[in-house]
Amino acid sequence: MRRETLLNAAIALGLLAVPLWAWSAGEPFTITLATRAAILALAGVGLNLALGLGGLVSLGHAAFFGVGGYAMGILAHHAQTFAPLDLGLFTVAGTKSMPVIWLTAMVFSALAALAIGALSLRTSGVYFIMITLAFGQMFYYFAISWPAYGGEDGLSIWVRNGFPGLNTLDPIQFFAICYVLLMAALVLSAVIARSPFGLALNAARQVPQRVETVGIPVYRVRLVAFVISGTITGLAGALFADLNRFVSPSMFSWQLSGELIVFIILGGTARLFGPVAGACLFVALEHWLGGLSDYWHIYLGALLLGVVLFARGGLIGTLAGREVAHD
Amino acid sequence: MTEPVLATHGITKRFGAVTASEEVSLDLRPGEIHALIGPNGAGKSTLIKQICGNLRPDAGTVTFLSADVTAEDTVARARRGLGRTFQISALAMEDTVLQNAVLGAAGASRRAFSLWRPALTDRSLRAAAEEALERVGLSDYAATRTAELSHGQRRQLEVAVALTLKPRAFVMDEPMAGLGTEGSQTLTAFLDTLRHEAPILLVEHDMDAVFALADRISVLVYGRVIATGDREAIRTDPAVREAYLGEEA
Ligand SMILES: Nc1ncnc2c1ncn2[C@@H]1O[C@H](COP(=O)(O)OP(=O)(O)OP(=O)(O)O)[C@@H](O)[C@H]1O
Ligand SMILES: [Mg+2]
Repeated sequence: MRRETLLNAAIALGLLAVPLWAWSAGEPFTITLATRAAILALAGVGLNLALGLGGLVSLGHAAFFGVGGYAMGILAHHAQTFAPLDLGLFTVAGTKSMPVIWLTAMVFSALAALAIGALSLRTSGVYFIMITLAFGQMFYYFAISWPAYGGEDGLSIWVRNGFPGLNTLDPIQFFAICYVLLMAALVLSAVIARSPFGLALNAARQVPQRVETVGIPVYRVRLVAFVISGTITGLAGALFADLNRFVSPSMFSWQLSGELIVFIILGGTARLFGPVAGACLFVALEHWLGGLSDYWHIYLGALLLGVVLFARGGLIGTLAGREVAHD
Repeated sequence: MTEPVLATHGITKRFGAVTASEEVSLDLRPGEIHALIGPNGAGKSTLIKQICGNLRPDAGTVTFLSADVTAEDTVARARRGLGRTFQISALAMEDTVLQNAVLGAAGASRRAFSLWRPALTDRSLRAAAEEALERVGLSDYAATRTAELSHGQRRQLEVAVALTLKPRAFVMDEPMAGLGTEGSQTLTAFLDTLRHEAPILLVEHDMDAVFALADRISVLVYGRVIATGDREAIRTDPAVREAYLGEEA
């Protein structure tokens, strides 16, 4: 337990130290890589709540990532074109304010998670995986066939959105924003894992009939977890769009849902920092191996196979022992 | 006569050609232990599942504390105060003994949707859980992972989790199974006092325990109750001797 805490602290500090070093050394590209890792980690932290703690293997979390991304894209698009968003009964002005965009992204991804979860959670096992995948694909094709916001080509945002008091165009400041949000999500996850709710969610993964027998409705517990999970992933989507200043249907792709699962498996399922370790490793490999070969996913696949076969607890499990992340 | 706490009225359940419950009517009165015995496959567990809401009967009703609960699910019945133990331990094996008990306490106090305060340091949840563990003699194992418990200790934990609910009636499916002589005797003594807190519907194969504890015994054979009565009546019932006790008598 203590060893895992130390390891978590080391990962958190490492993710902070690398961009700080890059900043002092004048290497903005490395800062961007670290920002990408932090954002993908945030999306993974969201998924980990459903998948790790709740055992809900969602292959559709890209839906929430994409909803968050498009919330940013649509609001910023209307702001930069000075064309208010026409909602029929009334119109809404676009915005370039990050807090407003984040809130919108979270509200809409929560609603999407509520709808998808309410239907998907009536199934389990492989059916759950398939139905979440199907919902993800529905969002993907919807985005492709929505010409108002770029369709297949996506939407470009000319200038990064703003945050009061900060210069978000400065890579290190934007990194700081993403890093703080990641840490906040990790604290939230740790708190939830220790709460009575986390206890029930974790027990429902192991023995659902026990949880019902003590008067706790398993379906509702899972639905709440799924909504919180989707909301965090949605927030990550809004940041990801801001990092690239671009949104496209690929944010909804099932490959992305798969990558989020890969982070969790690489880092260690149900480990608090599992998705952080996994996302950092993924971004590093993508950068180095991607530079060597276009087919770097082959190496990633081999690594994944190795982890699944020989290191079931992932990176964190291998380094910190087999206890679960919460006591 | 006092009104029964829990009762089934003409419950019937079929699985294809198998009739697992046929017109089963039995009741559980305040302060009593009502034992349900019968050979393997007689339909005891199936009856328990219908009483607890895991299975819907094809016909008949279940009443609990004067309410018809036939259409209610497990959660609703648990919230009314039905405390159940499983024939095969259903515990969160990766969690500690204390966490399993705290889960019960969280369910009982309707706190399962509390997201902020840590469950294990919550005073009232912890007190309820520790009291239940103490009563079944598992206090020393609170921090042990449930997977590391012996079979007998898991059976004790099953009972402890049910205790955290402070139930109005207990439904126990073979709590003595695999306990060994000493364990069975300890649990028998415990259930003997527990009946004054809430009556117990006890499915059990351990005849020493059944005849030591039961105020009434019902005998289930092929889904049908062939006899209900006190210990003496069941011991001397010719149909029971033939169908069931015959092998042992
Ligand atoms: N879900 C099911 N589908 C089909 N048949 C079932 C099902 N559940 C139980 N049965 C059958 O119903 C009958 C009663 O089973 P049940 O488990 O209730 O017996 P039991 O009295 O609890 O036996 P034991 O003493 O072995 O625990 C058996 O013939 C069993 O095979
Ligand atoms: Mg049985």
